[in-house]
Amino acid sequence: MGPIRRLGHSLVISLWFMFLTFPIMVPKVDTIEKTVQWRWDNLLYVGAGSFFLSLLWRFLLERKERGPFRAAEREQKPDAPTWADRLRGNPRALRSVVVILALAVCIFPFLPFVTTYQVNILTNAILYIMLGLGLNIVVGLAGLLHLGYVAFYAVGAYTYALLYYHFGVGFWTALPLGALLATLFGVLLGFPILRLRGDYLAIVTLGFGEITRLVLENWGEFTFGPSGIAGIPRPGLFGMEMNLHEVTIYIYFLMVGLCLATIFVVRRLQDSRIGRAWVALREDEIACEAMGVDTRMAKLTAFALGSTWAGLAGVVFAAKTTFVNPASFTFLESAMILSIVVLGGMGSIAGVALGALILILTPEYLRAFSEYRMLAFGVIMVLMMVFRPQGIVTGVRRVYTYTRKGQDGKET
Amino acid sequence: MTEPLLDIRDLTMRFGGLVALSGVGLHVSAGEVVALIGPNGAGKTTLFNCVTGIYQPTAGDIFINPPGGPRRRLNGMKTHRITAAGIARTFQNIRLFPEMTVLENVMIGRHCRTRAGVLAAILRDRDTRREEREVVERSYEILERFDLADHVNDLAKNLPYGDQRRLEIARALATEPFLLLLDEPAAGMNPKETDELEGLIRRICDEEKVSVLMIEHDMRIVMSISDRIVVLDYGQKIAEGTAAEIWENPAVIKAYLGEETL
Repeated sequence: MGPIRRLGHSLVISLWFMFLTFPIMVPKVDTIEKTVQWRWDNLLYVGAGSFFLSLLWRFLLERKERGPFRAAEREQKPDAPTWADRLRGNPRALRSVVVILALAVCIFPFLPFVTTYQVNILTNAILYIMLGLGLNIVVGLAGLLHLGYVAFYAVGAYTYALLYYHFGVGFWTALPLGALLATLFGVLLGFPILRLRGDYLAIVTLGFGEITRLVLENWGEFTFGPSGIAGIPRPGLFGMEMNLHEVTIYIYFLMVGLCLATIFVVRRLQDSRIGRAWVALREDEIACEAMGVDTRMAKLTAFALGSTWAGLAGVVFAAKTTFVNPASFTFLESAMILSIVVLGGMGSIAGVALGALILILTPEYLRAFSEYRMLAFGVIMVLMMVFRPQGIVTGVRRVYTYTRKGQDGKET
Repeated sequence: MTEPLLDIRDLTMRFGGLVALSGVGLHVSAGEVVALIGPNGAGKTTLFNCVTGIYQPTAGDIFINPPGGPRRRLNGMKTHRITAAGIARTFQNIRLFPEMTVLENVMIGRHCRTRAGVLAAILRDRDTRREEREVVERSYEILERFDLADHVNDLAKNLPYGDQRRLEIARALATEPFLLLLDEPAAGMNPKETDELEGLIRRICDEEKVSVLMIEHDMRIVMSISDRIVVLDYGQKIAEGTAAEIWENPAVIKAYLGEETL
């Protein structure tokens, strides 16, 4: 498209926007003084703003459309990879990045300007990394759209809350129990949905999530209804007395440890026989089954293992906030965790971590604009889906290298 | 007399009022290449889907006599169990795992011959590592035999069409079948690729000791490669025999060219 036409098009768009927003942006009626104020300058701002935004939008879209050609060039010239590929191909750089990250994570809570609040929100973000990684097994690897993930998170949280309330069970005992119970629920949900796929699966899981929340809200004698359970103890460390700041830092490190364990396990699962079967299931279910993979079993394990992490995260959540009620486990939470996985990049661990940090920390630091938070959230999601539907970091397949025939195959 | 590897008797498949297959009998013996031909909609792929457990046949029996194993009836068995029992297939429209590498595609074929579970994957003990190494080696070996070794780490979707067809056969062979079902392996191939495919199928049959049952429309490859040809039309078997016999069979000519009207 020629530059003149492009400008003309943007001009039309800006005029249209000026017309549309005129009634709310320009006249201001003062009913007491009985005067009408005409704010014509606002119209100018709207016009100029929409003009430049539409130019920018068009420019970005055109750049994106040229994308496939660029990708074809890249195939011929393998020297032009993205920054993520470059980092992956360079083990030394990768190692230094990991070391710097690890140091930053360790030092962070002890920095002088870091308050309890800051540690708390980072802990929260790490909790969501863990949830994201768990959901990533189901959605990213096995390709099963799961909209009721929060139900298993709730199972974990209520396990600890109820066990403490009735039997005085401590955090460290509740942690494995919560995980186990969530896994069990995962299997229970897994059985009826084995035959479903795609949209149907999404709807059933969505229903399951809502049913769980409604049960928690309405089964008063068992769950204490909407008022929830308060006074759940924070995790202890060999009976040591800690003040609020210390215990926050303790939970932070606990969370970091759990998150590292999650990453370790998910990485190993990804590269295993089971992990490959999950990806094959995602790619083509019929071919997968015809190649001898028990797809029912693969789905069931994906569901169960995904739920395990939600259960663990749930127990930590209950211990961290010392209070659980059904309002914490709405569909919005499920959607949030799903957004983390999709935004970050399905099937990629680094992507999920990045997605969680962006989606959880940004709203915290943008509290000043809290009224526009959901608006910004929506805009970000739309932009992502238009310009980078595969997520921030794309998962790469594992590369194997060999020495030819007869000798041992080696992996890198 | 040795029992045939695959023994289909009176197979009938109905979809509501539509009879896709009616009373079809077919057998494949060890070392044979059998071609299944017929006009579009004759029920060829339906027969494949019945054998591999994707459809449950309405009536009839499918038996297998695996070499060195007991006779088994396949009706009602799950698809993945049938694969494990030794029947592998390819698809009419290629069904690779596009976002996985070529090697991983073949590695999936090894799934039913390996055992590592969730716990083994997490602990990655010595047995699991050995099994994993064997899977990689074995898959690589198969790819070398199929001239795909240069592409091991490419994504399957980036392969040229002919290579994708070959990869699908390689993936099927990784399951260690005794019988391979090929659904139109030469579809969309140029004459040179078809010649190569012909050599490949011969090699599979002679060297790997795998019998082949294939659906194919390319008469050149059908005539030159198959030991026996079975012709289906409107769900019924109308002829069976060697290439020369089929060539002259009036029923077959009628099915393909239509009846002569005077």
